[in-house]
Amino acid sequence: MPDESPTPEITVTLQVNGAQSQVTCDVRTTLLDLLRERLRLTGAKKGCNRGECGACTVHLDGRRVNACLVLAASADGREVTTVEGLATDGELHPVQRAFIEADAFQCGFCTPGQIMSAVCCIREGHTGSNEEIREWMSGNICRCSAYPQIAAAVEAAAAATASDAAPVSASDEAPAGASGRTPASTDGRPPAPTPATVTASATGKRR
Amino acid sequence: MRPFTYVRAETLPGALDSARTDNTMFLAGGTELLNWARIGIETPSRLVDIGRLPELHEITPTEDGGLRIGALARLNDVAQDARVETAYPVFSQAILKAASAQLRNLATIGGNPVQRVRCPYFRSNGPVACNKRVPGSGCAALHGANSERFAIFGWTEDCVAVQPSDPAVALACLDAEIITEHGDGGRRIPATEFHTLPDVDPAAHNVLRPGELITGIELGAPAPRSAYVKVRERQSYEYALVSAAAAVEVTDGVISRARVALGSVALRPWRLYDAEAALVGLTPGSPEVRDAVTSGFSAARPLSSNAYKIPLARNTALRALELALEA
Amino acid sequence: MSGTYGITRQDGPAKVTGAATYAADYNAEGQLYAVLVGSSVTAGRVTGYDTAEAEAEPGVVHVLTGLPTVHEAFAGLPSPPLATRFLPMQNDEIHYWGQPVAMVLADSLEAAEGAATRVRVSYDRQPFVNPDTALAVTPSPDSGYGMLDAHEFRKGDAAGALAGSPVRASGTYTQPSRHGNPMEPSAILAEWHDGRLTVHDSVQHVYAVRDTLAAVFGLASDKVRVINPHTGGGFGTKAFIWPHEILASQAAKAVDRPVKLVLTRQDMYSIVGYQPLMEHRVELGANESGELQAIVHEVDNVTALTDDYVEFGSAPSKALYDVPNISTSQRVRRGNVNLSSFMRSPIDGPGTWALGSAMDELAHTLSVDPLTLRLTNYAEVSPADGTPWSSKKLREAYEEGARRFGWWDRPKGGTRDGHWLIGCGMADCTQGQFRFTSNARVRLRADGSVKVEAGYTDIGAGSTTIFPQIAAQTLGLDIRSVQGVSGDSELPYAGPTYGSGTTIAMGTAVHLAAGDVLRRLADVMSWPAEEVRADDGALTWRDHRRPYADILRAARLDEVIGDGAMVLPNGASADAGAPGMSTRTFGAMFIEVGVDPDLGLLRLRRATGVYSVGAVVNERTARSQMIGGLVWGWGMAAMEASHFEPNLGRWLSQDLAGVPLPVNADIPPHIDMSFVDEFDPHVGPLGAKGVGELSATGIAAAVANAVFDATGRRVRDLPITPEKLLDPRM
Repeated sequence: MPDESPTPEITVTLQVNGAQSQVTCDVRTTLLDLLRERLRLTGAKKGCNRGECGACTVHLDGRRVNACLVLAASADGREVTTVEGLATDGELHPVQRAFIEADAFQCGFCTPGQIMSAVCCIREGHTGSNEEIREWMSGNICRCSAYPQIAAAVEAAAAATASDAAPVSASDEAPAGASGRTPASTDGRPPAPTPATVTASATGKRR
Repeated sequence: MRPFTYVRAETLPGALDSARTDNTMFLAGGTELLNWARIGIETPSRLVDIGRLPELHEITPTEDGGLRIGALARLNDVAQDARVETAYPVFSQAILKAASAQLRNLATIGGNPVQRVRCPYFRSNGPVACNKRVPGSGCAALHGANSERFAIFGWTEDCVAVQPSDPAVALACLDAEIITEHGDGGRRIPATEFHTLPDVDPAAHNVLRPGELITGIELGAPAPRSAYVKVRERQSYEYALVSAAAAVEVTDGVISRARVALGSVALRPWRLYDAEAALVGLTPGSPEVRDAVTSGFSAARPLSSNAYKIPLARNTALRALELALEA
Repeated sequence: MSGTYGITRQDGPAKVTGAATYAADYNAEGQLYAVLVGSSVTAGRVTGYDTAEAEAEPGVVHVLTGLPTVHEAFAGLPSPPLATRFLPMQNDEIHYWGQPVAMVLADSLEAAEGAATRVRVSYDRQPFVNPDTALAVTPSPDSGYGMLDAHEFRKGDAAGALAGSPVRASGTYTQPSRHGNPMEPSAILAEWHDGRLTVHDSVQHVYAVRDTLAAVFGLASDKVRVINPHTGGGFGTKAFIWPHEILASQAAKAVDRPVKLVLTRQDMYSIVGYQPLMEHRVELGANESGELQAIVHEVDNVTALTDDYVEFGSAPSKALYDVPNISTSQRVRRGNVNLSSFMRSPIDGPGTWALGSAMDELAHTLSVDPLTLRLTNYAEVSPADGTPWSSKKLREAYEEGARRFGWWDRPKGGTRDGHWLIGCGMADCTQGQFRFTSNARVRLRADGSVKVEAGYTDIGAGSTTIFPQIAAQTLGLDIRSVQGVSGDSELPYAGPTYGSGTTIAMGTAVHLAAGDVLRRLADVMSWPAEEVRADDGALTWRDHRRPYADILRAARLDEVIGDGAMVLPNGASADAGAPGMSTRTFGAMFIEVGVDPDLGLLRLRRATGVYSVGAVVNERTARSQMIGGLVWGWGMAAMEASHFEPNLGRWLSQDLAGVPLPVNADIPPHIDMSFVDEFDPHVGPLGAKGVGELSATGIAAAVANAVFDATGRRVRDLPITPEKLLDPRM
């Protein structure tokens, strides 16, 4: 028998940051609004409510998703991790530390989403090059535009958790040089991305 | 969003049965449906959540050397499956150029072809003349701001929008089949014929009947020499201005088979059949290749300010061929 | 005062853990969620409402179709900082699509959103004026925005000098309207208790909001409190007080419950401001040596019918080059649209786009290097009035930038790299500078901890780090013992966080307040205040040394409080720098792009910026500001545009899918930003000017110039999209 809710409300049970939560809410409630307005976990942010900015990125069963596009009802019985659940026993997660060290934020509004995305980007193995990191982090828009610092933070955090993550190539930051020649990246490809060429790293082969 | 009731399907027959009720829609990844509900493009009374159906998640080989992909497989999982990457690189590339990593973790391959046009008039919050929003109300885009996002093939004055799905272009290129189920029986729909052109019905997006559910995609023989090119203003997380999927076979140094599909130029992926025929027998890299591809554009018709899309689409197709030949 | 690279942002832990709170993160007991219903006609009148269906929705408590008339004090408010004098829901007039015409209040967001779609509004629709094509007219003399600069400026006889110039370059340069789209949509939680209003609001100046809301209700300012510890991006969008802030406060009072209004991304297009569409007409005249004889720069910008916002894009033409004849002119095109406004970087962002492109065209006509042309026309004093610069090291910036970029050895324009054509371009960066009066209080406690208190806001520029850092340095303490307390109108008055004036103003106030603490400690010790020094947590005089904690303990004091203020000449609340001098920041931007002419693609390959900004208080945060500005400018150059649909009379796309903003993949790691070593002795004791907006000037011109170098195509209409780059031959 299908699980039917004839009234506009539904009771949802989820694991949020390791703790069980049961909430009765409007069927239309998204996971994002459940977290923010009902559980008062305001780390995940509402930037656009259309899946066009990534500020609401959380982990659903360990995968990064836009919480604004998930109905709370669909998340019933599943595990959710928000930015509030990353630090353990008051110790910052390596990605959080890397963001501070690399100055990878300014106003901070997109930062929880960036960090949740970055944690998965590393876990997925999409940190093989600066170009790959930037492509796989492009689902998080930053208007203060700390993009190079964000990429640097992901690279540094990936290296710090290197035993599980994909190997990181030597830094792509070759000096511009007085000669004015276009700096070559260390893997031999020119630094300018060619959209037509899908390189092995950009497809992000999973390990 | 307007209120709706929510039902979680436990079985496929149960899901199909639930869909017999009027104004019921299937909810899978939700990456389109929730926005339709927010904008008022759809106001379903009932959502049937099929996300937990036990079947429909698998990728399995078919008997004739192809691949069957369950409709509920997530886009990232499909694109990064080793078999897909190796045998159908154009498909893997097309998926990975779509949306963002987060969206591709939610969106399913069965939901993706069902996505709707990105025309800003169609997506408008307020009332606007749009035959897809209100059948018979007209097309504001025809005489409106109609440059990048609109069609150069197959349009009528009733609708000038384009189908934005990247995976659909690759599926059309590969002659894939879309497999459906329905309470009264399912069918196999060629990917090239899945989306509806406006001369048939300007209000429709695709050929699915109410209550009909995509359950799988079938790819045929491997096409390892294939590639996808997507042209857009920013490097990622954006719909295409134009895209192209190409798959080639080369025998004894000449092209023995070519399939080329364009994206975002029409309300369905547009196969360049004339060009494909003209490409057979040509040497890769020869000047005749350009002429052959150009011959596929004789039916292209621009709108008042998107004529540049014609050479752009031709060049994109050429670039996809070039990459496919290098693959 | 030296900057240090080592100090990381003090609000880092809060921001990376989600603990930092923004307006929409707050909640109040008994609050109602508000959703605005916007007009679906562009001009005319509301003739009726049918709210029965909406009110019948479960959870809906009120559907407001009008709000009480504002107090007469509202009419006396200065605008800016009140953004617009036209307030929706006071009468039946419709002046722009999306204008709020109703407000749904419900127990839950879902109920409010659902009910909003059921509110029926009928209109008497009238023809509307499209601002993009409206006739350009002189701005109203009553416009507060229009008072920031002269509408017409003449030095010498530019028309005559132009006619007599042997070499000329002229062009019409256009840029579309662009919305700031900060990642945080504007939001406000308004609560009334015992006749006092408290708001949590996403803003750039809590005091302006306080005073504006007080006037709306005819209250004294101390009956209104504005709290805002963090703003999720301002960019000018939150600099002034927009209607939704007033409507939410009025609604909370009318229904006697707290009201939480979070604007949707769609609302962010039609309810708050944006940088207007502009048309620049620039004419340059030079002699055969490349010395400028005349600059003519005329600007038209779009604005609403209700208020004249004037975007002084002609300002850089009075500021950048040594030229004996200058003529500038500003006009507005009024139409049925929400009001345009300041947006990063106002005035100089647009102006450097047009002027920087025109200079490049002149260089090409003269067959001289674009950088050489700048050096030839270097302005040693302000071209507008001959006043000396308070500081300027642009020559050094040119030289250092050229060296770091490799400008003189750059690849020949159009060099191939696979499918890409390479091109390099450079342009001047400059931004005018404001100073605002500001106050700060510094408390030194007996346990050695310090609090810096002032009502500045944090929009991401680094205020939460810089001001504690300045206090720490002045007091000779580790920054970890200093806490900044900010974002509250009950704290000492701070100037606004825009106009690149925050560092100078608040930095000075904090420095002086910390100095005041030292003076008071000296008094306790009976040492001469002017001779004491701070040294590692201790006060020293000659060969005496006493740790602060000892001084307080001996005097039985829990704390010592110091006050400081940035006081401007003549008691002004704001000025444009030291009197009798011109204060500006400068920079040189060098950019390399790749253009794929078959696909029309434009991609950034690398960029070098070197800046003359006075002292740099914190190099880490300053560098991040420059990178952020570069990306902002890239968006302006390569992709952003908000199109006003001429038939519908509204913004065509009101989301983040139809209006592309730069993504991470657009920006390569090869971004080199640095500062010339400099100290400006005239702007304040810190010697520092502002950097946040300078960073977004000069980019669009450098990009367009690089595109020209790569392809030979001169694009004069932003953004530079594939249509403009594509070789169209079949």
